[in-house]
Amino acid sequence: MTYLVVQSLNGLFSAALLFLIASGLTLAFGVMRIVNIAHGSFYMLGVYVAYTVAARTSSLLAGTLLAVLVVAAVGFLMQRLFLRRFAAQPLAQMMMTMGFALFFRDAALMIWGGDPFTLTTPRWLAGSMEAGAVVFPWYRLFVILVAGLVGAGLWIINDRTLIGARVRATVDDPEIAAAMGINVERLSGGVFAVGAALAAFGGVMGGPIVGGYAGMDFDLLPLAFVVVIIGGMGSLKGALIGAIVVGMIDNFGKALVPELSYFTLFAPMVLMLALKPTGLYGRA
Amino acid sequence: MAERSAARAWRKPVIALLAAFLVLSPPFLSAYWVGLLTQVVILGILAMSLDLLIGYTGLPSLGHAGFFGVAAYGVGVLSTTYHAGVWTSIAGGFLVGTLLAALFGLIVSHVRDVYFLMITMALGMVLWGLSFRWIPVTGGDNGISGIPRLEGLIGLPASGPVPFYYVTLFVFAVSALLMTLLVRSPFGLTLRGIREHEPRMRSLGFNTWLHGYLSYVCSGAFASVAGIMWAYYNGFVSPTYLDLTASSELFLMVTLGGPATLVGPVIGAGAIVILKNVMSAYTARWLLILGIVYIVTILWAPQGLWNLGQRKRA
Amino acid sequence: MEPRTTKARVVPGLIAALVALIAAATIISAQTATPQTPIKIGFMVPLSGGNAQNGRDILNGFLMYLDEIGYRAGGRKIELIVEDDEAIPAVGLTKARKLIERDEVHVMAGALLSSTGYALAPYITSMKIPMVYPVVSADDLTQRRRSEWIVRTGWSGSQPNHAFGEYAYRTLGIHSVVTIALDYAFGWESVGGFERTFLAQGGQIRKKIWVPISVHDFAPYLAQIPRDVDAVYALLLGRSALQFMRQYQEFGLKSRVRLIGGGTTTDEHVLPFMGDEALGTVTALHYSAALDTPANKTFAETYRTRYKKIPSYYSESMYTGGKWLIAAINAIDGRVEDRQALADALRRVKPEGLPRGPVEMDQYGNPIENVYIRRVERVNGQLQNTVIDTFPRVSQFWTFDPARYLSEPLYAR
Repeated sequence: MTYLVVQSLNGLFSAALLFLIASGLTLAFGVMRIVNIAHGSFYMLGVYVAYTVAARTSSLLAGTLLAVLVVAAVGFLMQRLFLRRFAAQPLAQMMMTMGFALFFRDAALMIWGGDPFTLTTPRWLAGSMEAGAVVFPWYRLFVILVAGLVGAGLWIINDRTLIGARVRATVDDPEIAAAMGINVERLSGGVFAVGAALAAFGGVMGGPIVGGYAGMDFDLLPLAFVVVIIGGMGSLKGALIGAIVVGMIDNFGKALVPELSYFTLFAPMVLMLALKPTGLYGRA
Repeated sequence: MAERSAARAWRKPVIALLAAFLVLSPPFLSAYWVGLLTQVVILGILAMSLDLLIGYTGLPSLGHAGFFGVAAYGVGVLSTTYHAGVWTSIAGGFLVGTLLAALFGLIVSHVRDVYFLMITMALGMVLWGLSFRWIPVTGGDNGISGIPRLEGLIGLPASGPVPFYYVTLFVFAVSALLMTLLVRSPFGLTLRGIREHEPRMRSLGFNTWLHGYLSYVCSGAFASVAGIMWAYYNGFVSPTYLDLTASSELFLMVTLGGPATLVGPVIGAGAIVILKNVMSAYTARWLLILGIVYIVTILWAPQGLWNLGQRKRA
Repeated sequence: MEPRTTKARVVPGLIAALVALIAAATIISAQTATPQTPIKIGFMVPLSGGNAQNGRDILNGFLMYLDEIGYRAGGRKIELIVEDDEAIPAVGLTKARKLIERDEVHVMAGALLSSTGYALAPYITSMKIPMVYPVVSADDLTQRRRSEWIVRTGWSGSQPNHAFGEYAYRTLGIHSVVTIALDYAFGWESVGGFERTFLAQGGQIRKKIWVPISVHDFAPYLAQIPRDVDAVYALLLGRSALQFMRQYQEFGLKSRVRLIGGGTTTDEHVLPFMGDEALGTVTALHYSAALDTPANKTFAETYRTRYKKIPSYYSESMYTGGKWLIAAINAIDGRVEDRQALADALRRVKPEGLPRGPVEMDQYGNPIENVYIRRVERVNGQLQNTVIDTFPRVSQFWTFDPARYLSEPLYAR
């Protein structure tokens, strides 16, 4: 019973991080048909920037804020200056993001060096909740809560605001949206920036547990893809459900069948693609 | 029509020049350069095989190094664990790579575009996980080393890298010829039709699923050929032959060189191999520079280097 | 047609004399093995990608030593050519070919990953060039798959763990253990070594947990650890060691189940980035930056001043490896063109003043050296691996007879 509870909670924690990473990726694809190979790089840059700022100012909050802003800016510039030129050529866009991924990876190595690090858990969240035999870290519960709030916030924006409506319209049909007067270009830049910011935020949230290390960009990227595939490209709801599905399968899979640890993530993805390629909530 | 010919008139002489260089220069080059050229030629076969998929059928595969690696493992396992003869090892490697493509093709051939990209990436990662975990067969992360040298096995002198190079060049020439015939055949033209507008091809009565599937299998077969040569070139096999980095680099070779040309990907392979090796001797920041090179090249030649001067395709 | 003048007769004569002079000079210079040309050392480690920092540490240790000796040995200048092997074996082989066939180095050194070590071995052997592996710890490279051209100045994965298995049972009083280790050869060999001696003492390994090298969340694995076991033996390295330490405490295990492990789990390449959660962890390795000997104190201080961080075992590896190599070069008076002589010298020499203590080479090309039992403590505000015990002269075969040891299979999962 203890086992079940702990694994389920951890599945939700994994889901929380996965949701934060995947939401940006799915938005970028939904609005701009961009497969962003540099998405893991945004996650990485987020935790690295937060680390530097937190070390200087001793404030994790400042670190988080700056990480999100800096990476959002990087994403915005990347989209507006480079990716936008190939709006109708998804392949060229994808290749360009690949080039950026390599660039960011080596730039990070050059600026920060290759030593691994973890962010310090805020003191008020240190320690674990102990309910009987169940021991679960407070910080992980906090991450679940925050991701839930972010998810709720995104849903409200998406469903209830004008901006959200515009984004949904653009995802549905960019040409008609433009014809209706929506500035698709500016929207795209903004969405891309928000996606990057979400990834960076995910990086910071994962900071005390996953930390930062050289090569994390390519480690995390396949996870984001798996979630988006299962949930459906372009759907935030899909990203959330997908994240939960993947988080649970991954955790229980690794715990119950550790022999197949390498495959617990990709098997569901292959299955989904074989049966319903557009994912749970995606559209063709 | 005339304008297109004029814009691409530089191609034939460049191909002739490169071919002449590949055939005639090795006896005069240092062993190191012959080694690099051998790598270019082998990866050229691999890049051409991926071009069949990306360029001619419009199916972007991000897991193609999988077949390359699996065939190499075939050679590795057969020639070391089972001490099989050279022709058995080669046949075995080819079969296992091609059969795997036939199997995976069944799973991937009904999707297109980004979904194809994702599923091939996932399958590539599954293969990597397998090569890591199936330790009794693959040796895990240590890989398999001690593959005997090819020259001795097929009756050639093992003096220096030049004999092996010419064997590789021969295999390359045959593969290039076969692939050229394939893309110029009615089958190849159908593939291009599918790339351009699949619904139309379907309405014309073509079985686009089958064509996609066969393209995938052929592509996998040629990738296996490259994998076999790579195993003999290095003398070992490692999971790094088929991981995401390998598939991504391969993808870049094709798209940078110029898809749908067969020549372009070979040029892409050459450019990347030489760039990486030359640059890394001078700077540890070669990866950064490579990233910049990719970005700049895409900005300047989005259809790939070999397609420069061609009218932009929609 | 001009009549043959004096000039026409003199010129051919002059040319003939010149040719003879050049020929003589060439022959003479070949005999003296050109002592003025530099000794070229080819060096290869990952300098990009995920292992870049460890590769850089290895290189820095080497550079520091070469600086100390002014880049001179055996009466000749030393030229170091460094290449990045990207932690990919095929790239390593390409770079090795470049260094040996194009740059014509006299001796090779480096490699970080075992996969690279295995991939290079046949090539190095076929080229008959000596190579020093400062870090590669795959057991078999100096056992069943050894090469007379390759010498290890580092360690074999199971080496310190043989000693540790005994120590854990006898001295630490640990009788039951759960192991958690990275699921690849390094993990299997470390756990295998520990298990062998631990079980022989009467200990029990309740469970072996293997984590994929791509792991970053240990929760599913930590949940499998029974709380009533005496200790957890953890074999991790790099960022996974960092993450594990953090999460081990997070899930309340640190205060309940004692933590011991392989040396890389608390090695100085990650220790400075850990917090109090690492305190009290006992591990075994052939080095510790906190080793209290004059040689090590000097080494650590100099390294710290120069590179602004404490030396890890990676840093020490090629400092000692460098000393070893140079000692061999000096032993043959700098005549590195005689590769066989250099290879033999590498096995013969016994340099002193190594940071890790006394080392001698066994006949399989692996060092016989001290194994230090260390405990993580905070001294002067910094975490360090305090040496609490020493096993002198530990060989890769522990106390077993080499022939018998080799007839048994390699440690596997």
